[in-house]
Amino acid sequence: MFVTNETEGLPWQKWRRNPGKRLAGREGHRVSCTMTQTTAQQELIPDAPDSQAVVSVTGLTKRFGDRLVVDNISFAIRRGQCVGFLGPNGAGKTTSINMLLGLVEKNAGEIRIFDLEAPRFHREIKGRIGVVPQADSLDPDLSVEENLRTYAGYFRIPRRIARERVEELLHFFALHNRRDEIIEHLSGGQRRRLLLARALINEPELLILDEPTIGLDPQARHLIWERLAILQAQGTTMLLTSHYLDEVARLSQQVLILDHGQVVVQGEPQQLITDFVGLEVFEVDGTGGELDALEALFKQCNATLERVGDKLYVYAREDCSRLEKVLGTAGSWVRRPANLEDLFIQLTGRSLRES
Amino acid sequence: MGSLKGGMRLPVAQKSRVTSDNRCKRGFFEIAASMSGCSFWAIWLRNGRVWKKHVLATLIGNLGQPLLFLLAMGYGLGRDMGLVDGLTYLQFIAPGLVASSVMYSAALETTYGSYTRLTVQKTYEAILMTPLGVVDLVLGEIVWGASKGVLAGIIMLLALPLFGVVPSPWVVLLLPVLFLSGMFFSACGLIMTALAKNYDFFNYFTSLVITPLFLFSGIFFPVQTMAPTVRGLLEMLPLTPIVSLARILCYGRFGEPVLLKIFGSLLATGCAVWLAGYLLRRRLIQ
Repeated sequence: MFVTNETEGLPWQKWRRNPGKRLAGREGHRVSCTMTQTTAQQELIPDAPDSQAVVSVTGLTKRFGDRLVVDNISFAIRRGQCVGFLGPNGAGKTTSINMLLGLVEKNAGEIRIFDLEAPRFHREIKGRIGVVPQADSLDPDLSVEENLRTYAGYFRIPRRIARERVEELLHFFALHNRRDEIIEHLSGGQRRRLLLARALINEPELLILDEPTIGLDPQARHLIWERLAILQAQGTTMLLTSHYLDEVARLSQQVLILDHGQVVVQGEPQQLITDFVGLEVFEVDGTGGELDALEALFKQCNATLERVGDKLYVYAREDCSRLEKVLGTAGSWVRRPANLEDLFIQLTGRSLRES
Repeated sequence: MGSLKGGMRLPVAQKSRVTSDNRCKRGFFEIAASMSGCSFWAIWLRNGRVWKKHVLATLIGNLGQPLLFLLAMGYGLGRDMGLVDGLTYLQFIAPGLVASSVMYSAALETTYGSYTRLTVQKTYEAILMTPLGVVDLVLGEIVWGASKGVLAGIIMLLALPLFGVVPSPWVVLLLPVLFLSGMFFSACGLIMTALAKNYDFFNYFTSLVITPLFLFSGIFFPVQTMAPTVRGLLEMLPLTPIVSLARILCYGRFGEPVLLKIFGSLLATGCAVWLAGYLLRRRLIQ
């Protein structure tokens, strides 16, 4: 039913609170895609109380012992938007999300979700949030359907309504043939879909996705992206963390890059890429001597150069296609548009974070 | 309001916020809110749903030991013994074994069972992402453990006539006492779970707490006839008043001070539940 009628939206989405608001959210996201940098950046900074903001965080700080894990971060998520939360391991992403959910107590700062103060009103706030955790926390002894029903019980959703929603969600995530299967017998992709279905059982206004497609094959990832896009088109606000930057580029209208507990940059992804990386990237393989010669050549073009081992990266700020002729003779190379991964590496460096 | 067709449908989670105070308060108020809203029942129901799948294994696990003790000690050892405290040895130990089955069932549920939910299955993590909080979790787990304990106790009581022990009608009053004891030992188990780093940690609990309580709480010998210091010490143990209450109510032989035992057990249970909540919050909320 959902598969054939996706553009119309899910039945339960039709019942939602305020159709007007949903539409506004959808427009908001369209606008943000073509936004200039200045407006894009302003959008994330919660100076004035913004009635459109689903989440607004100011000066959030968390220390574990002497270690400052989250250092005075501020951001806002507007209704209908998907914000990508990026950062190397240990940057403070999960801690920040856990503070939103009241699972980690903040040391300083203010969190408002749905215009309610967190964690003071955490019961109400969490009643309106859906979370897809990174680690599988499904009940392994229960069947697919029982997992969803049990979760509905935590939200105190009456049985009759829960039964309807479970049915809809099973179909939406193509799990209806597996309803009586024990979790152990499900594939990785099916488990992830069930985690997503579980997160939607309370018709959340805000969906928090922590690495939603980690460890999945391309087919399974695409199915999940497709479903998330439908939810997004219907105005569900999302907070996404992922190390798959293609995924973030695909789903988010805004990104926020964290490193060492601080916000490095926030804004609209394409704009940030153009500003910090450039238009396109040449990746050239070669010996030291060859690359030295090429480096000199690329100086003619407005570009930033980076040498990593036997590889030269050229981040071009203008159209450098005239140099392709020269490159043609110089071993193997590719020319591609600059992407979020370039931005990420540019801003957080290449060194491994394993502490 | 949940079924307005074509109109907007409020999610159910929103309804409750209008009627009940959902503000996050600590301590007594939060416990009271959880009790009055009964939100911890959702956790009880979740555990019940899982338990239903393994009924036989858990019942045999919990009841096997006390029944075997009743058989070996009561019949084997008790046949050649005189009366103890005016009862045959089998009659003497039967009520205590009912109490001990509650202890074992409750304590094992909130150690091995709860620890699995905390670590391996990440059930607590999943629950805390819903409107339920740590207090709901603690109450849900403890009431669940106590319920399993009482069930084990009831089955033991029902099995007693097979051994020729027929309890008096007063035994009905034993059920709330067993529930209280179940709450206490569930809370103790949950305290261990909140402190545990791995499953081996529970060996301390079972061999240093549960087994000594099983042996020295007056199930197998009368505490009253011990030397005064030893007797005082043994009567301080949390299972001792439950064993004597079980014996009193099983045979309707009143004589010892009942109220003091009940009051003491209530106090101990309250403290244990509070401590379990405190420690589990410390473990779950950083």
